[in-house]
Amino acid sequence: MSIATQGTDVNTGKIARTFIYLVLLVFALFYLLPFFVMVVNSLKPLDEITGGNMMALPDKWTIQPWLSAWSSAQIGVEPTGLKPYFVNSILMVVPAVAISTFLGALNGYVLTKWRFRGDTILFGLLLFSCFIPFQIVLIPMATILGKIGLAGTIPGLVLVHVVYGVGFTTLYYRNYYAAFPTELVRAAMMDGAGFFRIFWRIMLPVSGPITVVSVIWQFTNVWNDFLFGASFGGQSQPMTVALNNLVQSSTGVKEYNVHFAGAILAALPTLLVYIVAGRYFVRGLMAGSVKG
Amino acid sequence: MGFLDISNVTKSYGNVEVLHQVDIKVEEGEFLVLVGPSGCGKSTLLNMIAGLEGITSGDISIKGRVMNGVHPSNRNIAMVFQSYALYPNMTVGQNMTFGLEMHGVEKSKRDVALKDVAKLLQLDQLLDRKPGQLSGGQRQRVAMGRALVRDPDVFLFDEPLSNLDAKLRVDMRTEIKKLHEKLKTTIVYVTHDQIEALTLSTRIAVMNGGYVQQLGTPKEIYDTPANLFVATFMGSPAMNVLPAKVSMVDGVPYAQIIDGEGQPVSLRFSQENMEDWDGKDILLGIRPEALTDPEGADRKSTNIATFHNAIDVTEPAGSDTFVTTTLGDADVIARMRADTDVASGQMFEFAVNMDKAVAFDPVTEQRIAP
Ligand SMILES: Nc1ncnc2c1ncn2[C@@H]1O[C@H](COP(=O)(O)OP(=O)(O)O)[C@@H](O)[C@H]1O
Ligand SMILES: [Mg+2]
Repeated sequence: MSIATQGTDVNTGKIARTFIYLVLLVFALFYLLPFFVMVVNSLKPLDEITGGNMMALPDKWTIQPWLSAWSSAQIGVEPTGLKPYFVNSILMVVPAVAISTFLGALNGYVLTKWRFRGDTILFGLLLFSCFIPFQIVLIPMATILGKIGLAGTIPGLVLVHVVYGVGFTTLYYRNYYAAFPTELVRAAMMDGAGFFRIFWRIMLPVSGPITVVSVIWQFTNVWNDFLFGASFGGQSQPMTVALNNLVQSSTGVKEYNVHFAGAILAALPTLLVYIVAGRYFVRGLMAGSVKG
Repeated sequence: MGFLDISNVTKSYGNVEVLHQVDIKVEEGEFLVLVGPSGCGKSTLLNMIAGLEGITSGDISIKGRVMNGVHPSNRNIAMVFQSYALYPNMTVGQNMTFGLEMHGVEKSKRDVALKDVAKLLQLDQLLDRKPGQLSGGQRQRVAMGRALVRDPDVFLFDEPLSNLDAKLRVDMRTEIKKLHEKLKTTIVYVTHDQIEALTLSTRIAVMNGGYVQQLGTPKEIYDTPANLFVATFMGSPAMNVLPAKVSMVDGVPYAQIIDGEGQPVSLRFSQENMEDWDGKDILLGIRPEALTDPEGADRKSTNIATFHNAIDVTEPAGSDTFVTTTLGDADVIARMRADTDVASGQMFEFAVNMDKAVAFDPVTEQRIAP
């Protein structure tokens, strides 16, 4: 009797598992299909796209669209390719991510280990900044950037992204450090370490997982941002805005293969960050929310 | 002027005073234990000595130097925390020398100090491990090592053994006691475990509700508790407390209690100053080991009273047998030798060592001192 029951159990398990894998496969295909279309068509000459099947593999493989998108395609009025804008994006994203992550860690440290009157209210206000829609702040932000002389510059964009990112990074680090035993900070205090020493020597070395979360989150958001880039970029527009200009340019034929290559180029850095650090991402998110 | 002086210290959080007028002087080399139930303010007092909590009023001084407002790292004290608080990213060696490093001691001197302490605590083999790779007992030793390396004036311990299992706790207790006997450092040790307090200390401060209830040697605390709280908190099983009436017969004081059948039993007091209490109610405190069979009674006692009563329950516990009986309405526990011939339901002759009995004022709950 019990053996029979066990037998059916295992069978049901197998069927269920096959079904689960099937569903997962379907979803994977569903998500991968657009990417497949992009890659395939970025490696074709243009006439194969206009005259043929979007889904087909190239008859004649070429990397010309990639080279063109990178260095010679018409962006707005200049035939510069995406290269200079890619550099702009890097110059914007690296400091923006570094500064906002560092400030978030410092805020989280203070809000959990050096508590003061009104700290919860301050944290609430910081959190509130996460929920303010970008569009609302465009005009005041433009005014401020103009007043401090950073309008249309990369440092201006860095500032905007730091201000917007610090709410999220503070939230991450605060929750992570809340689970970190305060006795350790007290022990370090008695050992003679000061505010910053404790931060450097005790807190930061164990902040790996949450730093990965913060960096991925900030990198993706800052890199993918279009609105701020378009509004405040001026002469130093980021990759996303350039891609838009590439695709939207109204003169001449639409070079779809170049557009596809450009779009992949624009997505590549975030993809890379996910591949390198993605498995820590999930782990870090868990560590922040679940104690121990 | 003591080595560590806590004079008239109070602590308030907002409007709530959690420590009231605490006054303790600790001599050099003493092992002072602060003991009391959870929430009585032990950790708060310890943290105030450490400098981790501010002092609302009063003074704390070490070696004659007032410490109010002095940063924790400048008090030359070291603390062992309940959770051990080892730095997870550092090795055992780095954990132990971090304090010296922060105080600007050069590497060669740090290494010498580390070697000495590692040897003393048998941590030599573990110096390159991370805390995560250690057992509970090893972590505990590292935490003590970290404190020892600093060679502080005063050691502070906050419930250091409460995260260990029962067996290890007893072992570590002995180890701490040995260490103190060897090094003779001044120690202030917080625990809620009265056995730890009695075994480790040279003096005990029993605390409750933010007040020091009694300050004294383990023997004083155990034999002559200042009040009912101290009497019942210290000792396991707890002291039996019976309602009794005092009566003077030919100038000799007796305590009258009621046995299991409702009959009065008279027990002569060993203490003499009870005239004022003639005819009044008191509470009589008898420790379980002062209530035995007649052969098991203390031979050095000058005053053994006996009576017959029915046994309710017997609980053999290896080295002792605990016997429960009813006096008045109260369950009373007697501690007999393991091989005493007792059975539940049986009528039995009990012997009370009245030299060890204590009397309390039922209103103030203070002991009526002889
Ligand atoms: N930061 C604080 N704010 C308000 N009340 C506190 C604070 N810390 C401790 N208390 C109160 O002080 C009392 C003593 O606490 P504590 O010293 O931790 O007790 P214990 O004897 O268990 O170590 C408790 O009633 C506790 O609620
Ligand atoms: Mg405590």
